Amino acid sequence: MLKDQDRIFLNLYGQDDWRLAGARRRGIWDNTAQLIQMSREDIVAAIKESGLRGRGGAGFPTGLKWSFMPPEGERPSYLVVNADESEPGTCKDREILRYDPHVLLEGCVVAGRAMGAHTAYIYIRGEFYQESEHLEAAVAEAYDAGLLGKNACGSGWDFDIYVHRGAGAYICGEETALLESLEGKKGQPRLKPPFPAAVGVFGCPTTVNNVETIAVAPTILRRGGSWFAGLGRPNNTGTKVFCISGHVNNPCNVEEEMGIPLRELIEKHAGGVRGGWDNLLAVIPGGSSVPVLPKQICDEQLMDFDSLREVKSGLGTAAVIVMDKSTDIVEAIARLSHFYMHESCGQCTPCREGTGWMYRVMQRMVRGDAEVEEIDLLEQVTYQVEGHTICALGDAAAWPIQGLIRHFRPEIERRILDRKTHSVSTPMAAE
Amino acid sequence: MNLHPANAEWTEFEFSAENLEKAKGYVARYPEGRQQSAVMPLLDLAQRQCGGWLPNVAVEYVASFLGMPKIRVLEVATFYSMYNQAPVGKNFVQLCRTTPCWLRGSNALRDTCLRETGCELGGTSADGLFTVVEVECLGACCNAPMVQINDDFYEDLTPESFANVLQALKRGEQPKTGSQAGRVGSEPVGGLTSLTQLEGAD
Repeated sequence: MLKDQDRIFLNLYGQDDWRLAGARRRGIWDNTAQLIQMSREDIVAAIKESGLRGRGGAGFPTGLKWSFMPPEGERPSYLVVNADESEPGTCKDREILRYDPHVLLEGCVVAGRAMGAHTAYIYIRGEFYQESEHLEAAVAEAYDAGLLGKNACGSGWDFDIYVHRGAGAYICGEETALLESLEGKKGQPRLKPPFPAAVGVFGCPTTVNNVETIAVAPTILRRGGSWFAGLGRPNNTGTKVFCISGHVNNPCNVEEEMGIPLRELIEKHAGGVRGGWDNLLAVIPGGSSVPVLPKQICDEQLMDFDSLREVKSGLGTAAVIVMDKSTDIVEAIARLSHFYMHESCGQCTPCREGTGWMYRVMQRMVRGDAEVEEIDLLEQVTYQVEGHTICALGDAAAWPIQGLIRHFRPEIERRILDRKTHSVSTPMAAE
Repeated sequence: MNLHPANAEWTEFEFSAENLEKAKGYVARYPEGRQQSAVMPLLDLAQRQCGGWLPNVAVEYVASFLGMPKIRVLEVATFYSMYNQAPVGKNFVQLCRTTPCWLRGSNALRDTCLRETGCELGGTSADGLFTVVEVECLGACCNAPMVQINDDFYEDLTPESFANVLQALKRGEQPKTGSQAGRVGSEPVGGLTSLTQLEGAD
């Protein structure tokens, strides 16, 4: 288990003061000038050495991403922090935003320095109103204390941070949709290339990073990339905030070491599965987008990017949704299908039409009001949506259904056959 | 586009003096010539000033304030779920329905809410006190089930504690926000399993 000395988020639970005085007590903003005065190359090298991979879901190597930013030129560069936390199951950035906002702000300054950006926008989901109040207050405190603005922290580096509130659109968590939204438009994803590092917000070089990714950077620089790389497993290093929700005795967020066994995570921190481990049915290990895993895989599963990919799921945002044996697993996934239908931005036909179609079929699968062959048809359609859209929302809508069919096909069939024995005919709708 | 009949009561709109200052502050957050970026915060300000929804005149006002074609502002106002195109009750109740809340009993909360407020889903109570809608994940899954009422989250709810919240609102009181089960945030109930060794350490 991760030692408290190796935790980065020391006020994850809001037990301490979230304001500047409390933050300083926890070591935040301590001689930040020294970090800012490192060269861009040295900061990027330390982040690369740490092995940090993006904490927003995709797990892209952060140091590499930062290295794509061009040298300072005529166009300004921007850091954009993705605080549009909306992936069902995920509620970790919220705790950082409301209880440790200064750790994020300090991260912005050093990350901005590493990418040659003098301005950061923090795009926070609109529903997080109280969180945005804390964040705005923290920004104001930091300006008053000379930590932001001209000559930030007395380092000679100018740095501004602005907060931008969203207004209720999951799709804006997709980086290019977020940039569109930040420009005052509908949040519909852009085609890539050009990638944001070439053409991002306002047509300028931009890097979009998750809150947690940015917030861990100062500690990595202070303690060294090798310290972070020494935690977790190769290629899956460091600490991670896990969100454990659903049928556990004590749902909670907790910062743990990457690669922790799923069972240990749930039993040590979340009080175990309701009714005991043997009462477990399934776990969605990384937020709604990643495929569900049945108990027999969960028994020995490690929680990191590569281990979860090996079992055809993913670490995603590390949002662990636990379901015990009382769960209607088909409805649990059908509700996610409803979510994606609701959140599709409507730009690409396979997603706009496919999410609705998939939800309608899933609704019938919940009731067993279908033909057994339709399970194959549904699966086939998920593969026609996946990979055929501008952004990954189409994939995210397809994966939960694929996971369900992969591991719980007998349950879907059982419902269909049960219903058949109780009724004369089931019409096969065209949807 | 069919406008809601309540638009008939709104023939003009402009920011209050206080909101005008705030609006200028928002515009100043973006580079010169990029004032369109402020459309979201300005629509939010306008919605607050109008009591929780966006009459057509407010959309037009924001468009002219930012020098944007009205259709571009209308696109934004209709794309994002937090802008309301019709009036809402004094307490705008958003029930989270997505899987993590559903696993912990959001259906029972919905029943409680409809019974206590007398609303149908999507409807407003006769006394104008409540509008109740179901929404997708609000991002507080470790404190599920939860609802949002206006700007506040109410978390760790049971049908009983949720009924208490709604009854307090009916009496015109402001209930305690956040966890209704006595948690500060999203720490595990029954004692911390991490961050225990740092107590008193500087």
